Amino acid sequence: MRIGIDVGGTNTDAALIGDGGDVLATVKSPTTEDVTSGVAAALAGLGATQVSAVMIGTTHFVNALVEAARLEPVAAVRLGLPATAALPPMVDWPQRLREVVEGAVYLCHGGHEYDGTPISDLDPDELRQVAADIRRRGLRSVAISSVFSPVSDSSERRAADILSAELGPEAHISLSSEIGRVGMLARENATIVNAALRPLAARTVAAFAHALEVAGIDAPLFLSQNDGTLMDVSRALRYPVATFASGPTNSMRGAAYLSGLTDCAVVDIGGTTTDVGILVGGFPREASGEAMVGEVRTNFRIPDVLSIGIGGGSVVADDGSVGPRSVGYLLPEEALVFGGGTLTATDLAVAAGHAAIGDPALVAGVDPAEPLKVIAGRVADAVDRMRTSPEPLPVVLVGGGSILISDLPGFDDVRRPDHFAVANAVGAAIAQVGGEVDKVYSGPRETVLREAKNEAVARAERAGARTGSVRIAEVEEVPLAYLPGDATRIRVKAVGDLDLEKINA
Amino acid sequence: MREIGIEHLDDMARGAGILGTGGGGDPYVGKLLAREAIRRHGPVMLHDIAEVPADATVVPVSGMGAPTVLLEKLPAGTEELAALRALEAVIGRRATHIVPIEVGGVNSMIPIAAAAQAGLPLVDGDAMGRAFPEAQMVLPTLIGVSNTPMAIADDKGNTLVLDAVSNHWAERIARAACVQMGCQVSCADTVLRGDQLADGLVPATLTLAEDLGRAVRQARAAHADPVAAATSALGGVTLFTGKVVDVERRTTGGFARGKALLAGDGSFELSFQNEHLLARRDGAIVATTPDLICVLDTDTGEPVTTEAMRYGLRVTVIGAPCDPRWVTPAGLQLAGPRYFGYDCDYQPLPIP
Repeated sequence: MRIGIDVGGTNTDAALIGDGGDVLATVKSPTTEDVTSGVAAALAGLGATQVSAVMIGTTHFVNALVEAARLEPVAAVRLGLPATAALPPMVDWPQRLREVVEGAVYLCHGGHEYDGTPISDLDPDELRQVAADIRRRGLRSVAISSVFSPVSDSSERRAADILSAELGPEAHISLSSEIGRVGMLARENATIVNAALRPLAARTVAAFAHALEVAGIDAPLFLSQNDGTLMDVSRALRYPVATFASGPTNSMRGAAYLSGLTDCAVVDIGGTTTDVGILVGGFPREASGEAMVGEVRTNFRIPDVLSIGIGGGSVVADDGSVGPRSVGYLLPEEALVFGGGTLTATDLAVAAGHAAIGDPALVAGVDPAEPLKVIAGRVADAVDRMRTSPEPLPVVLVGGGSILISDLPGFDDVRRPDHFAVANAVGAAIAQVGGEVDKVYSGPRETVLREAKNEAVARAERAGARTGSVRIAEVEEVPLAYLPGDATRIRVKAVGDLDLEKINA
Repeated sequence: MREIGIEHLDDMARGAGILGTGGGGDPYVGKLLAREAIRRHGPVMLHDIAEVPADATVVPVSGMGAPTVLLEKLPAGTEELAALRALEAVIGRRATHIVPIEVGGVNSMIPIAAAAQAGLPLVDGDAMGRAFPEAQMVLPTLIGVSNTPMAIADDKGNTLVLDAVSNHWAERIARAACVQMGCQVSCADTVLRGDQLADGLVPATLTLAEDLGRAVRQARAAHADPVAAATSALGGVTLFTGKVVDVERRTTGGFARGKALLAGDGSFELSFQNEHLLARRDGAIVATTPDLICVLDTDTGEPVTTEAMRYGLRVTVIGAPCDPRWVTPAGLQLAGPRYFGYDCDYQPLPIP
């Protein structure tokens, strides 16, 4: 048995999955300030202790960035001089966040051209001076980025060796080559965010581990990543930023699992918003381009999700329009069915007989037909905007607010699977292990593709995937424009099943 | 004459992205470069062509290389002035004005950074009125102005000054040098006298870029149609609105060649080689290079580059007339559909 937990801003959801893949128990409990007690309460609610693994998805880290709170100041070290000096680290950050996160920035020699030849030689003395300055300023979190480190990470690794030798074990060092893809500012930004989160990651992971202990569970703990794959605790401590978009990813992966579909639209209706995403081959379709996270431009790979302001707590106005205003977590007090004074979308669902929540007698005078039609129309429109072909597309509804929808105009196959309200926790529980390569290659296409695929498979296996279970999930080739020759940027993702024996070994 | 400050850059860069017709490189890094240069050196004076004295020495400064490389290997910040100084040394006089060679994409922004650093005014115009992939595809070629001597400078401090027998040869040699220098260089070339600007430049294109970007931003803020606002600012025509249903790419000789298929009311096919060059509706050609074929996100009006074309995007294709000098026989020989290997003739846009 495994346990999946989703620690959201409002609720902590948990699901217990049997060895045969059945959902054996589910629980929803409020998220607590200290994290530990909410997770412990959810674990107690499931009532199982003999489990083989616990997988947690959390929005804790992304929320810290959005709130600009609980972040550590960072020393940002960039290798690439004389190149890159025109735009130093954090040049495109919003002032508010920059004040919190910027400890110091350093431009140093090193880095590579697109083909791996050095731009300049790494200068160990220069880096020792940087280390001395970092120590003088009392900074503990270091982010190192180097030009074209996705092609060659040797500058970053050497610099990390020198800095850690000088700074000692107290310092955390984050490397951009481990975090992002080609695109210096966006990758470097993600690396700096990661560095700023590391002390919080240590505290949060300790809180999760403590919750397991309190619940009497002795099983390995994993965190889910943006792409729907898992990382173990030691990796989560080093790369908290990889959890940023795990919320929508887990709910989409959970929807796939619960419905048995691998190619479908997923509509996740919460209290305030409806998120629509597309599953391709069991994994969320990713957004192209660069993602803004807390106003910082990054190149995380995050699911392509369209959000609209409709949820179970949406306020229904006198003219019949619904949302975007929502009573949010006050739903159990504000909604008519709970004796409150606000007509919400949930009241409509109860009045229409879609759900038995609160006291249906309190909404006897409500005519839900028109506003529910408006809701269905807007959700259907959002799904239509996300689809990529006119082919029939099954739609899976999940999330507590999905009771608002019974059918969607234009879509014949609309399902709401069992355990729909905790699809995110189920998604965390069933996560796999992945490996990824994103590099600029030149050479014959077949050779470089084979090389990239082998590397991705090897990385998945190193990350804990069972040998033999790994398959290539995605291949993307982008030729480099305006360049003679056949330099191509290749991105390959491989995923496989978690091998617990390998992890425990 | 007016000032370009930091506050003008967002609109100008967005408009320049649209004028890039799918290529020209994402102006994002260029915008940051211009912003930082203005922050350090102060705003840039923008002069109309008519305000430039006849004996002025006007130098186009641009970036050459792969946009993907620019996103990764950010410039040192010394390249523009190094190229300019190397060029001045061989021509034996100082530049009096800077001008963009290409308003489409990132090369709208590099000259702003160069002008701020050099403390020189910038001329409101450019040599293409859009984006094109090769150095000889400029109006000065049509009036017999050589693009050499051409000075090229990289981030490491290497500079190269090139003399060539033709503008085509200069492109060929410069491109090879650019690759050796790390695929991202600054160029100063195609020196124009003040009295050659009327014939050698498309006028007021930086202002057009800014107007275009502002129109899109304001339409969006007013919940109006940003694509309609862009079409009107360009004096163009909507060719198609639909969804990208297929994208086919291949690389040959450094060009991201390919086709994108759109579905909507009928079918629509875009052929691109870095830039969008040919558009067919239900099989019939409706727009060709050198007219501008701009692909915009239907909801936001933001430009969609050929590299970012993917399944599912909702886009509107608009056609806008190029500068009339491009549709002369000599202009079409330089940048018409046949030069790019398409077996068809130029066809004017269906503008009512």
